[in-house]
Amino acid sequence: MQTFFGIDYNTWWFLVIGAVFTGYAILDGFDLGAGALHLFLNKENSRRIALNAIGPVWDGNEVWLVIGGGALFAGFPEVYASLLSAFYIPLMIFLVALIFRAVSIEFRSKEPMKWWRTMWDVSYCLSSALLAFLLGVILGNVALGIPLDKDHIYRGDTGSFFNVYSIMVGITALALFMMHGAIYLVMKTEDRLYAKLTILVRRTTIFFVMAFVITSFYTLLYIPHLTNQVRNTPAMFGLPVIMILAIANITRQVARRRYMFAFLSSAVVISVSLIIVCLELYPTILFSPETPENSLTIYNAASSQKTLGIMLIVAAVGVPLVAAYTTFVFWTFKGTVKLDETSY
Amino acid sequence: MDVEILSRIQFAFTIAFHYIYPPLSIGLGLVMVFMEAQYLRTGNVIYEKMTRFWLRIFALIFGIGVATGIVMEFEFGTNWAVYSRYVGDVFGSALAAEGIFAFALESGFLGILIFGWNRVGPKVHFFSTIMVTLGSMFSAIWIVVANSWQQTPTGYHIVGEGLKARAEITDFWAMVFNPSSIERISHVWLGSFLAGAFLVMSVSAWYLLKGKYVALSRSSFSIALWVGVVSALLQLFAGHRSADVVAHYQPAKLAAMEGHFDSLKPADLYLFGWVNKESETTTGLAIPGGLSFVVHGSPDVPVRGLKSFPENERPGAVNFVFQTYHIMIAIGMFLIALTVYAIYLWWRGKLFEKRWLLWIFVWSVLLPQIANQVGWYTAEVGRQPWVVYKLLRTSDALSEAVQAEQVLFSLIMFTLVYILLFALFVYLLNKKITHGPYDDHNDDHSPRHMEMAESLTTKSH
Repeated sequence: MQTFFGIDYNTWWFLVIGAVFTGYAILDGFDLGAGALHLFLNKENSRRIALNAIGPVWDGNEVWLVIGGGALFAGFPEVYASLLSAFYIPLMIFLVALIFRAVSIEFRSKEPMKWWRTMWDVSYCLSSALLAFLLGVILGNVALGIPLDKDHIYRGDTGSFFNVYSIMVGITALALFMMHGAIYLVMKTEDRLYAKLTILVRRTTIFFVMAFVITSFYTLLYIPHLTNQVRNTPAMFGLPVIMILAIANITRQVARRRYMFAFLSSAVVISVSLIIVCLELYPTILFSPETPENSLTIYNAASSQKTLGIMLIVAAVGVPLVAAYTTFVFWTFKGTVKLDETSY
Repeated sequence: MDVEILSRIQFAFTIAFHYIYPPLSIGLGLVMVFMEAQYLRTGNVIYEKMTRFWLRIFALIFGIGVATGIVMEFEFGTNWAVYSRYVGDVFGSALAAEGIFAFALESGFLGILIFGWNRVGPKVHFFSTIMVTLGSMFSAIWIVVANSWQQTPTGYHIVGEGLKARAEITDFWAMVFNPSSIERISHVWLGSFLAGAFLVMSVSAWYLLKGKYVALSRSSFSIALWVGVVSALLQLFAGHRSADVVAHYQPAKLAAMEGHFDSLKPADLYLFGWVNKESETTTGLAIPGGLSFVVHGSPDVPVRGLKSFPENERPGAVNFVFQTYHIMIAIGMFLIALTVYAIYLWWRGKLFEKRWLLWIFVWSVLLPQIANQVGWYTAEVGRQPWVVYKLLRTSDALSEAVQAEQVLFSLIMFTLVYILLFALFVYLLNKKITHGPYDDHNDDHSPRHMEMAESLTTKSH
């Protein structure tokens, strides 16, 4: 087992992939959330501003999903193959929703007719909400585990994708992204739309806190393998505490109109939730509840040490580059949205 | 129908549909780089209008390309799980490199390209255009590397047996520079440049025929024509090099491409023809000994024919491979003749008087598209029954957990969605072209660009 700074390559890859998906959740999270809120905005102009607030960045945000998928394929091909073929139908619906969402954003502004715009508004809002929900459901299933046989092939039925727990996580993810998106939109707007959005921030925050509390209780009571680590390592209790403080800080910063800090706090909430899931699973990635010996871990699912090493170099060169121009793009479009001839 | 055939149809359909867009993005990106460079160099507003106009069309193409491209990335895992396990170590690396080095670059800068006219200076904007174009070209590098590795695998070893068998990288650079990478990347790039250049020429020719935006269309046409003629000529060499690689590393594919069965006789080169798989004969117009000459440099040396391969190692659809390959060649030759003739007239200053030629250019936009499609059909059907050449059969590469009904469901869904998507694409493309490069109310000049253009014009006088 090769190591880098005392940590083996497999763990590094687990961290890299975890970080990429966390980055994806923070970045695409706000534009999916903004999309899910779209129909709550009634005026044509409000909808245009909301759309243009995410306009220059949503595509770049989505790239993190592509990178995450590629990283999973390269680092843990067994997980990539088993997970994706297990959830065939939901993933196909996910892909079609991604297409519809991209197309809605792109096509909405191309015709002035009211029916045309309403049609794409509905499609944009529903596909965004569906994507946020499905991402949560996938996370819920990964956290819960899926039945695998000794060749790591999925041995459950398609219907089990939607179970009580995964639906709960799905709703929580939707609520979290809606809150996150609402805060992002508040940062990018002025005047009456801004006033309207501050109300939406409050409501989505309440929605999220409710969903979060219910899901957490359910996890604590019924899913022992997701609570072992925190039970054995009391220091980890700090994480839920940070999370609660971050949630509280969102409302505090919103009240003080420091939306940037509110946005960062909700990014902290997203990161900490994913960190908790990763820590509880580690070193397993895909748990097989009935037959734990068939679970996929960072050791039996990984590519060769050589490939992991090469890809770590690729990540070490690539990730700072991506971070640099992502920052540059966000910096270019900083400040509130002003519509001009290039807008949607 | 079984899972295998359904999964193959779905993959073929989704990748063929996807492949309408990336070549256009790459080619159009390159043409836009030249247009915007002209704008920065001359400060002539006409080039700004031109760049902006094509940028709007680029955005439309790019959007559909991204949306349909994500489908491809996940389809490996959903439909081809055994394949994903088998090649993850190699293919996954190339795919991850594509995501991080190429895809992130183009999508990041695309925002500035489209929405940044009034936010950044002209030079930063030009830089973004270059970055997006480079990003899309890098993207092609990695994905073609991954595909080429499957055609001519090198730099790996096989670990494990049966279901547990998989390829692992032993030499990363040998994997990247496998015997067919360079040839196939250049072939794909040039095909993409042609696709983009011919789109610009088609629309410009149409405007010229209608007598609209004459000055702008003439400049656009000329820029694209230069890209087109250089690419068409270089493609002759790149295409030939690709065929050489096939001849050397995939003789069964070459035999199918040329409809060649008998190993003992010198091989003929068919200009066109029809392959009968049952009787194992090809009828058509042929240059005697031509293939032997092209492959071995002598018309008398035999070339290995399909009969010398076991039944289960020959491509199934021989006539299909033969026809698609010959269509590609025919289009390639026609594009060379067309662009060289046009460049000759351009040099004589008579190009824009030839209305019949402009009409040919209007319709020729379809030709590089068709050539790109059939070229890939040749490459991918011709290497059957292998998904990784001589290592993994397509029929063994499927997902065990997926049933036929599920694939049928997704196939129907993709068919419906893609038909809708294509209809919308054509509708909006047509609308943008009809609308033209100028806005009704003349507000699409940013103040900053106006100033810049003026200051540059005054400086140059």
